[in-house]
Amino acid sequence: MPYLELRNVTKRFGPVAALDDVTFELEQGEFFSLLGPSGCGKTTALRIVAGFETPDAGSVVVDGKDVTRTPPNRRDMGMVFQAYSLFPNMTARQNVEFGLRIRKRGSEDRSKRARELLDLVGLSQQEDRYPYQMSGGQQQRVALARALAIEPQVLLMDEPLSALDARVRVQLREEIRRIQTELGITALYVTHDQEEALSISDRVAVMSAGHAEQVAAPFHIYGEPATPFVAEFVGTMNRLESAVVDGATGRVRWGTTELAVDAAKGRSNGARVLVLVRPESVTLEPLPNGQGSADVLSGQIVTSVFLGPVTRVKVGTDDGGVLSADVPSSSAARFLVGSRVIARFSAEQARVLDLA
Amino acid sequence: MAAMRRRSRFFTLGWLWLALGTGYFVVPLLATLVFSLKTGRDTYGVTAYKEEFLDPAFRESLFFSLKLAVFTILIVMVLLIPTAYWVHLKLPRLRPIIEFLTILPFVIPPIVLVVGLLHGFRWTPTWFRGGYLILVVGYGVLAFPYVYRSLDAGLRAIDIHTLTEAAQSLGARWTTVLFRVILPNLRSAVLSAAFLTLALVMGEFTMGQLMQFPTFAVHIAYIGQVKATGAAALSLISFAITWIAMLGLLLLGLRVGGRAAQVGGTH
Repeated sequence: MPYLELRNVTKRFGPVAALDDVTFELEQGEFFSLLGPSGCGKTTALRIVAGFETPDAGSVVVDGKDVTRTPPNRRDMGMVFQAYSLFPNMTARQNVEFGLRIRKRGSEDRSKRARELLDLVGLSQQEDRYPYQMSGGQQQRVALARALAIEPQVLLMDEPLSALDARVRVQLREEIRRIQTELGITALYVTHDQEEALSISDRVAVMSAGHAEQVAAPFHIYGEPATPFVAEFVGTMNRLESAVVDGATGRVRWGTTELAVDAAKGRSNGARVLVLVRPESVTLEPLPNGQGSADVLSGQIVTSVFLGPVTRVKVGTDDGGVLSADVPSSSAARFLVGSRVIARFSAEQARVLDLA
Repeated sequence: MAAMRRRSRFFTLGWLWLALGTGYFVVPLLATLVFSLKTGRDTYGVTAYKEEFLDPAFRESLFFSLKLAVFTILIVMVLLIPTAYWVHLKLPRLRPIIEFLTILPFVIPPIVLVVGLLHGFRWTPTWFRGGYLILVVGYGVLAFPYVYRSLDAGLRAIDIHTLTEAAQSLGARWTTVLFRVILPNLRSAVLSAAFLTLALVMGEFTMGQLMQFPTFAVHIAYIGQVKATGAAALSLISFAITWIAMLGLLLLGLRVGGRAAQVGGTH
């Protein structure tokens, strides 16, 4: 039985539907992320779960109980915000104790719990510091400790790392995951950063224009995008608008080139499909004589961008298409801008989506 | 070389303007002080101050005005802190309307305000409309722009939406949010509003005179008609009270305001 459910939730702001009949479920102890671009409705969904927004239709159910009309202060959900949200007039320890004070827990109990949580987030030495004396990363750790102090049913996080620098973001996201696993708490996380969502979540819902486009484990989101939007949004994807030429053997035509794509098997001949191939699945070979043929993709390198371990090479194909390929940076010298190459990918590594 | 000369000229001009500005404010005060100390044609002393401190009317009017100030501060704070908070949080579209309302006390002549107050509160019991509380209401109207704008600036300086939601998610009710989270972070703005109200009430003459209450400003005006040096001494005493209050604000503001700046980075 799911622990947290959003059932057919719709929320409109004037003429704009921020959420349009959205449904998803979280199991107890699951780390679930809402991933999408700005304005896709992910924060609205989180705020509806928190009780800061009321849905126009649909319901929010936690542990079998409908909390759609329950005010936020009675929902028992800890929240970490995008903006720094520590109370400026309180020290780190007082901030962590705030929720416990409201629950009328004894002073000794409060102090003990606050110390435990500050220790958990690695800030036991900073307990008497005010927010203005702490860095952004430290403030977000205290905010996490404060949200966890009340032992919430669900931990909500609204882009908690977006104001931090890249190195701390990576470090803190790993800590968030470690703490969530350690405590076994159900967590709903909102981010626009795909790497963040894919690296720490058990499951991810990719959202677009108020819809959940795909809800799946990170591996499947990355490897088997269900819609063109997911394919486009998560990672870099070559999108080859093609036509099936032989559904029995799985052959498609992209431009003037015929390609073998296993996923196209069983589709009717002439059907328009979108063939999706990750750049890391594309291999390049130098084309010494400069001439291609009908069954291989050949073209000229137009850009080459160093990305650390790999170099992303963009190939302008002979029939006018563009294909990205990741080559190991150690062999990038073989693929200089302007040189002619053959591009290949194996038939089983391409995904196929039907085009309307 | 030319740049150095230009900087030096700029420096000299700066000091000149500062001296002129200081003189503009200090010379009248010095003249008032000298005049208040005059006991004869060429003799000086503190007789005027002594006489005033010994005069029961001085003490009564001073304490009466202080009492009015305290009541006014209480009333405007109770009315305006939740109002300003709610407008910022839930009704931001009302802000231009409230800002327009804050201008009204400046443009409505005091006599109209007094007549309006007496007329508007006709239905209230005699102890209210005949007592000093009606004057407190009037001062509340006069203090409204200063108090609201001060609170408004304070509320703009903190992220009240996030703080409110953070407190609510931890289980706080509206009253807890207001008293434990918002108000402590508005201390500087509340103090500023309180001292502005104090200064306003201590110096307000027209309403007190029109409603015939023996306020401190009315007493100063009366003394001015009968004892010129006494009026000068009273003016300086009033000035000192206001400045002590402002100094208090400055010191408290320094204590509170020091916390506002972020020291750490994003790491």
